[in-house]
Amino acid sequence: MIQVIAFYLFASLTIAAGALTITARNPVHSVLWLIVAFFNAAGLMVLVGAEFIAMLLVIVYVGAVAVLFLFVVMMLDIDFTELRAGFVKNFPLGLLLAIVLVSELVLGIGAERAGGIQLGTPDGTATTAAGASNIEAIGALLYSKYLFLFEAAGIILLVAMIGAIVLTHRQRGGVRGQNISRQVARRPEDATVNMQPEVGKGVQL
Amino acid sequence: MTEFFQTLGMSYEWAWFVATICGILLIALPLMLAVAMIIYVDRKIWAAMALRRGPNVVGPFGLLQSFADGLKVFLQETIIPSAANKALFLIAPIITFTVALLAWAVIPFNSGAILADINVGLLYVLAISSLGIYGTIMAGWASNSKYPFFSAMRASAQMISYEVSIGFILICVVLWAGSFNLGEIVEAQKSHVWIINGFVANPLLFPMWVMFLISSLAETQRAPFDLTEAESELVAGYQTEYSSMSFALYWLGEYANVLLMCALNATLFFGGYLPPLDIPVLYLVPGWLWLFAKIFFFFFIFSWVKATVPRYRYDQLMRLGWKVFLPVSLGFVVVVSGYLMYTGHFA
Repeated sequence: MIQVIAFYLFASLTIAAGALTITARNPVHSVLWLIVAFFNAAGLMVLVGAEFIAMLLVIVYVGAVAVLFLFVVMMLDIDFTELRAGFVKNFPLGLLLAIVLVSELVLGIGAERAGGIQLGTPDGTATTAAGASNIEAIGALLYSKYLFLFEAAGIILLVAMIGAIVLTHRQRGGVRGQNISRQVARRPEDATVNMQPEVGKGVQL
Repeated sequence: MTEFFQTLGMSYEWAWFVATICGILLIALPLMLAVAMIIYVDRKIWAAMALRRGPNVVGPFGLLQSFADGLKVFLQETIIPSAANKALFLIAPIITFTVALLAWAVIPFNSGAILADINVGLLYVLAISSLGIYGTIMAGWASNSKYPFFSAMRASAQMISYEVSIGFILICVVLWAGSFNLGEIVEAQKSHVWIINGFVANPLLFPMWVMFLISSLAETQRAPFDLTEAESELVAGYQTEYSSMSFALYWLGEYANVLLMCALNATLFFGGYLPPLDIPVLYLVPGWLWLFAKIFFFFFIFSWVKATVPRYRYDQLMRLGWKVFLPVSLGFVVVVSGYLMYTGHFA
């Protein structure tokens, strides 16, 4: 009973938030509705017992990706009329995208009806044992059967990260930066001298 | 508690429902009282370190000062700037406040005394704490004013930076405890080193605790990392345009968050509800009392730091987060997992 109520609550909120994401006039509101949609999707994941994926969805998408999104949207000075003008031009592209997504969904549901994929255990014998926690099950699969794919994904991300740093990093000359270890290592004797000048005489520095 | 309501003749679903509501009230109401008192304690400690008296007029020793402040704020008019985005402006403090309460669901107050005993407890805490930033960002943007906006930008950059190293620190703890469940993490600390209960006595995890304490200061935007409300630069940061109850919600939420971080420090590194030493006599004291004592100890450290350490500059804050904490915590993940693998901890 509670599961059914929770499912319909999360599902309807996800769909409503998704619809509001694309209809909201203000882009900041759009991003905020998108966050609501993510959050409710995480709720749905918890309902099917994938609590690890749900938490990752919240941490990664809501906690990091959407924050950066919001950052960019807030700083941009967006002209709404110009945005609306592009709607007609981009409509066929959007339609194409929608058709692709819908057909993928249909294919996925069809495949699931036909029996679904056997993900299997590390040794490839049977499906994952029920009762094992999410994290253990995913970890056991990732680090054994799908080890190569996992490592490949890691390398691609590393290359992308280094690429982004190299592309955006620029060395500027003539910048007086702070060298903290040098500051800490500096002693009073290095910087001060004690003098006792005679009356009427100055001090040569 | 569900069983108790079942003995009263309720069906399981209703008993669970009533028990959960009771549990939420049992956590939230004392927490609100604790926040009011801890604000008073914070001001008293701060005053003592500055050789002042602090609040001492309302009630005995000024104990009722926070309630007087609350009443004052409650009776004030809520001012909404004309250029503000009204809905978001009013939702923002509610989000901060709610999120500060949500994470308490997975904190174990005694063995078995936990509202939501979920497998991914620690990840839940991380997920909830990453939500907290939205209250700040939305306030900064919806106020439609320059200083709050600057403050919101700073806050988001700061919280994202320190969450990364907090994640790595938590991974070390999880590796050693072998679980994401906070109750199991506490149990794993029982006589961890000789008779000391707590990961903090472990030479490999002690540096992680120091970094976690500093990161939790940054995460809750307490001094010396309170750049989001640096009054000499940004007036009052993202709270500048807020008044009345919406301002009070930020205040309560901020201190509830500080208490949560203290509770996490206690739970993850100092043995949570376990007594400090694994001696049978100490178990006579109820577990929640130990937890409260530890939370109070950490809150004292937070106040102490606030009273004594000058504010960081923004580039220094970023340097500490990205160039010091991130590499060191990443290195420790490698060292800790290597050590555990070598000693056959996972076998």
